[in-house]
Order: sequence, then C-alpha cells, then structure tokens
Amino acid sequence: MRMLLLKSLLKSPLTERPPEVSDAAVEELAQALHRASRKKLGRSLSIRAIDAGSCNGCELEMNALSNAFYDIERFGIHFVASPRHADVLMITGPVTKNMCDAMQKTYDAAPHPKWVVAIGDCAQNGGCFAGSYAVMDGVSKVLPVDLHIPGCPPRPIEILRGMLSLLESASK
Amino acid sequence: MPALQDLILAGNRVQHHVPVPRAVVAPEIWTSATERLAEDHWTLLDLWGDRGTVHMALLDIKARYRGVISLECPDGRFPSVGRVHPPAIRLERAAADLFGLLPQGANDSRPWLDHGQWGLRSPLGDPMPASSESTRYRFLESKGENLHQVPVGPVHAGIIEPGHFRFTASGETIVRLEERFGYTHKGIEALMEGATLDRASKLAGRTSGDSTVAYAYAFARAVDVALGLEIPGRAAWLRVLMAELERLANHLGDIGAICNDAAFPLMHTHCGILRERVLRVCDGVFGHRMMRDQIIPGGVANDVSAEGQKLINSMVVEIRERFPDLIDLYDNTASLQDRTVGTGHLKANLAKQFGAGGYIGRASGRDFDSRRFFPYAPYDELNFEVPLLQEGDVNARVWVRIREVEQSLSLIEQILQRLPAGPHGVEISQANGPREASVLVEGFRGDIHVWIKIAEDGTIQRCHLRDPSWFQWPLLEAAIEGNIVADFPLCNKSFNCSYSGHDL
Repeated sequence: MRMLLLKSLLKSPLTERPPEVSDAAVEELAQALHRASRKKLGRSLSIRAIDAGSCNGCELEMNALSNAFYDIERFGIHFVASPRHADVLMITGPVTKNMCDAMQKTYDAAPHPKWVVAIGDCAQNGGCFAGSYAVMDGVSKVLPVDLHIPGCPPRPIEILRGMLSLLESASK
Repeated sequence: MPALQDLILAGNRVQHHVPVPRAVVAPEIWTSATERLAEDHWTLLDLWGDRGTVHMALLDIKARYRGVISLECPDGRFPSVGRVHPPAIRLERAAADLFGLLPQGANDSRPWLDHGQWGLRSPLGDPMPASSESTRYRFLESKGENLHQVPVGPVHAGIIEPGHFRFTASGETIVRLEERFGYTHKGIEALMEGATLDRASKLAGRTSGDSTVAYAYAFARAVDVALGLEIPGRAAWLRVLMAELERLANHLGDIGAICNDAAFPLMHTHCGILRERVLRVCDGVFGHRMMRDQIIPGGVANDVSAEGQKLINSMVVEIRERFPDLIDLYDNTASLQDRTVGTGHLKANLAKQFGAGGYIGRASGRDFDSRRFFPYAPYDELNFEVPLLQEGDVNARVWVRIREVEQSLSLIEQILQRLPAGPHGVEISQANGPREASVLVEGFRGDIHVWIKIAEDGTIQRCHLRDPSWFQWPLLEAAIEGNIVADFPLCNKSFNCSYSGHDL
C-alpha cells in the first residue's frame, strides 16, 4: 500500500479544470433563484439524489462526479444521505408511478430554500418511456423543476457544468 | 426419466421459433417439467406471460440443451411452478400483475410489480381500471424474542436505485431480509408492443443502463436469428469488443465500490480512475461513454477506425500496467480482507437451484457462462477462461471479478489483433410471416434472456427481457442471513443486482 501511496504522491493530480458555465443554464437558474436565498446558500451545495425510475445510467455518471477527474467536492458540492440536509434534489428517471409517492415525500422532507434539478432526457419529459401506463412523463409533472440537464445520460462534465451554474447564480 | 428434448418433442412444435425449439404442451407435461425443476435436474431460465399463454424457458445443463415450453391458459390460470420451485415465484407474481395470469396453488399471491398506482390492472392482458389507492403490502412475519425491524428505502442514502429492504434483526444480526421491488417499473414490455425494430432496440438498451450494450446486443441477436440475418464478421467482432469493454468498466467500478463499502476508499479511488479511462476511450471511439445504441439489429451503428483501435489498445496497456498493483493492494490489506472473507456467504446448492448467473453463481461453484455454454460468434474463436470459485463469500465474488477483468483485457487484445475487415452491418429484410426467437447473451452480471415475437409487418408483437437479477436478488436474502446489518451494503454491492433490469 505504501508504494501505491508514494507513487500517487509523486504524480501530478488527475483532477481537471472546471468546465465553462453554460449561459443557457445560468439564465434558467437566474429566474429560479431569489436574492435572499442566494445569500443563505453561500458557496456550498448539498445534493440529495432521487432515482425516480431511471435505467441507472444517470446514476453511474452522478457517481463518476466523485472520481479523481471531476472531484465535485472541491466546489463545495456534495451528495448527502438525507433530504433533511439537502439544498438540491437531483432527480433522474421518467418518474414511475410506483416512485411518485416516495419522491414527493423526499421533496417535502427537504428544508426551504430548495431546488430541483432534473437529470437526463427521461426526467425532462419521460424520454423513450413517455406515454407508458407506469410513468408520469417527467419530473415537472409532479414537482417544480429549476434546472434540466439533458442527455441519455448527460456526461459527468455536463452535470458538473449545470451544478456550477447553479452555484454561480446562487452566490451572485 | 424424460430428457428435456423428449419433453419438447411431446408437445406441438411452434414453427419459426429459433435457434432453440418452442413447443405448446399439455398441462400434464407442464407439471412434469415443474417436477423436474424441483428435483434440480433442470434449470429455470425464465418464466413469462403472454396473452392467454404462459411460457417457460428451460435449461438442461448436462445435455447442453435449452428450449421453451408454453401452456395455453384461456381461463387465465396455470399450474404454479413456484409452488415447488421457488426461483419461479417472483416471475409468476410479475406475470400475474402484468397479464392477470394466475398461478394455481402458489404459496405467495401478493402483487410484485403492481403497487396499485397504475390506475389499471393487468396492463398487458385485458386491462381493467383499478382505483389508484395504495394498498398495504403484507411483509412476511418473523417470530422470536427481542426482534426489531429496520425498514430501508425505496430512497437510499447513496446514489443508488430505489428498492425497499425490510430487515428483521436480533441485536445486530439479521434474522430475515425481505426485499420489495417494482419502484422502477416503467412498463417497457408494454411499450415494446407494436414498436419498430429501431425503437424497440432503444428501449431494450435502456432496460438497465449499466448493461446497455448487453441488452442491445441480446435484442439485436434475437432479431438477427429470428429474421435469419447473416451478420458480417466485422460487426460480430465489434459487438463483442463493446460487450467486453462494458464488462471491464463495470467490474473495475464495482471492485472499487465493494472496497469502499468496507470503508477502504483508496481502492475505490484507483479503480474509479481506471473505470473513467475506459469510459473516456469509449466516448472517443463510439461517441458515447456507455456505448448506448451502438449495437443494432443487423450489425453495429458505427465502424471503429484504426485510430479508435489504437486508443482502446493504449487504454488496455495502461490497465494491464496498473491493475496488478491494485490486486496486490486488495490481497495484502488485512483490514479489508477481514471484512470480505466469510461475509455474505451464498451456498452452492442455492446458486445451482436458482441458476444464478455471472460472478454470483461462479463464486459459488456454478460453472455457467453463456459465452462458453452456448457460444455465439466470435466467442467460439476467442481464447478465454471462465473463472470459478467455491467459497461463495464477498471475497470470492471480488476475486471472480478480478479474474474476469483480466479475461476481458485479453479478449479485447485478441479482438484488436484479429478484427476482420468488411462491412459493419447488413440491411434488414422484411419479416416474412411471424418470427420468434429466444437468445441468451452474457452481460457483466450474468446471462440475459430475450424472447421476441416479430409480427408480419416487421414490428415487435411481444418482447420479454429477463435480467440476471431475477434469480440473484432472492439469493441476497439468503446470503445476508446471520450477517450484521452494517455488512448489508457490502454484501449488496458484491451482488450488485439491477433494480431497473428487474422491474422493467
């Protein structure tokens, strides 16, 4: 183990420069955020992930955000275990009817101010599952959504870009 | 003692069902097949519903033979298989929820995928309106002194899929775990009905995101064999290249994640780096990190350039160089071994009875890999070993996956060296009359079974996708017994079953 740690110490870090913030996302957020809440939020964000019936592709990329390349925690963004600690609910999947109740309860459990970020094409409008008897065709059918990050699944860098724009607009 | 082949011959053979036979059988034959399953002579590969019919895919390991038997049940009832053969129980409950087919004599008549939220009952059979009132689910009872329950989920603490786990514990020790699923049920099989091949292929690739290649592959193979398409050599080799890249990425990520659940993040960090390398190369070569929608009926969507092959090759060289250090790290860290050795033990007889696929079965002595057992091109031309262990604990499952990483690296190298030239796909001819197929494809998690019926107009009439998790999830309930609650994440991750693939 010592050799491995030593080798890692001698190498330069893998962590990459943060991506440029996308203008469209900032604009969408600027409308969603109130000045008062921006002050409260400071420069940190706690995210509670909710899988509302995704295929688990988006979860894989959300998990990748914590690897050495993206290292999302350096921006003060972290995933938390309870909605009680969350500023942001990051929701994936087309919202299955079987998950609707649990999603609503998780949302209710998060304190104000809170934002909902819908990840992936299914979370936007149901994606290829739209129209099924078992899904609600997107998060916005059930909860107010502040930011959509499209993709099937979006690359980690795209999720990161969206979250950074959320932080930037929140700290302005 | 009738062989599986004789049993199928005794029924009415269905035309145009490939590459294995399907026969419509009488109730007595269905029951006798059920008994053979219960006596552990055969393995249940799948059980699924259709309008007015129930099907069962069977495997005779000794004879290397598999086939499908179907029982017509116009009154919506059929003799339960789960009554004597537990691996069928959840599949029967799902068939009851989706098609309204009722297994007679079943011990467990609770709904499984239907949580009373859809607004209708038996959506794929004769749909009936139902009130969207949530009914209380009856969990199984545990009796004893000083027992307490710990309900977990469907929303979990990490970034994981939703499912409910009901633990009954005595102190810290788990006495019973009962799973409840269906939270991610999207109605994929209903969406498949009437879908074009193109759309159906996309749906199949979104059944379980981590196995998007394996599902697209299984679906494409089913269409290929059903329509009798000759797949060009290059396309077949590129499909296997993607399948092995997917296996590699998942194994690397999960080996690290298992160690992370044993509170050893160093391994997680380093494995995460290697996994990310694989995904980035896939993005560069195929335009998608998970190679989604790359395998299509008739071949593959895009060819791989010489430059792309170089990218893959240099990634393989890097992993070959760095992975051995990580194996040493895993093997020589006593505190980590202390957590994984002997934890979450799965008995060999259960793995056999349930036909557990993938590393779960192979870590408990079940020597089955569909790449080897029913080889599809070009696995029959490639050299690889199927690692097998007997111990059945978390450690054994990690080791099987470590060895499979090495095998996948070798397979990728062989493919890059011998990739044939030529076209990467063929035009799809129109179906000439109804066509059916049942295929197995080995995903990283185990064998995926796909059964399709293509209508005369070339659209999908019925498509059933069976994730390996159907036969693995119930085994987690068995493996966790006697472990402490705090070891559940570790055991669960070492199984890493799919929620979405199971819930459909």
